[in-house]
Amino acid sequence: MARIAGVDLPREKRVAVALTYIHGIGRPTSDRILGESGVSPATRVRDLSDAEVARLRQVIERSIRVEGALRTEVAMNVKRLMDIGSYRGTRHRRGLPVRGQRTHTNARTKKGPRRAIAGKKKATKK
Amino acid sequence: MARSVKKGPFVQEALLLKVDRLNHSNEKKVIKTWSRSSTILPEFVGHTFAVHNGQKFIPVFCTENMVGHKLGEFSPTRLFRGHSGKLAADRKAKPE
Repeated sequence: MARIAGVDLPREKRVAVALTYIHGIGRPTSDRILGESGVSPATRVRDLSDAEVARLRQVIERSIRVEGALRTEVAMNVKRLMDIGSYRGTRHRRGLPVRGQRTHTNARTKKGPRRAIAGKKKATKK
Repeated sequence: MARSVKKGPFVQEALLLKVDRLNHSNEKKVIKTWSRSSTILPEFVGHTFAVHNGQKFIPVFCTENMVGHKLGEFSPTRLFRGHSGKLAADRKAKPE
């Protein structure tokens, strides 16, 4: 069982893809880690030897921030924006888009599902 | 897209001059400014700026955390009081 950074890797996948199941690792980072640790990206996770897993773990711990540490860092950055009272901070606080996107329509990713507005007439089709 | 490092941060020159003068004489005075696009430099920490938002001047006290941001980020130009409707009217009637 390959367990890296507190995450169980899917056993049937190639390591290059399996590593992306860790928060903070995408394909490019995954490829770089494999290159640095000298593990072939084509091996399946279940075929990894203990030594290879140890090497992967070592490279990840040394060079990048993943999972909990990464989440804390992002949360701290957002918190900083909120604390200093900047425009971006207030946007975060209100759950609205931060980077100047329109909110008249769209912006559903940030705002979540539509909430019904009481007393608003429904648009009728002619 | 970040600004070129070669150019350095943008600060209105007159504003920088005023801050330098205050730093030299160890004074703390509110500096009125319209220059919302000026970057907050480390020299600005501890000073208060009155930043124009198009209508009035909003006092902005610069702290270390704000370095690298623009003055305008702390002086909102829009005022959103909420949408109209029954809910909004109720809220207005009995504010907590």
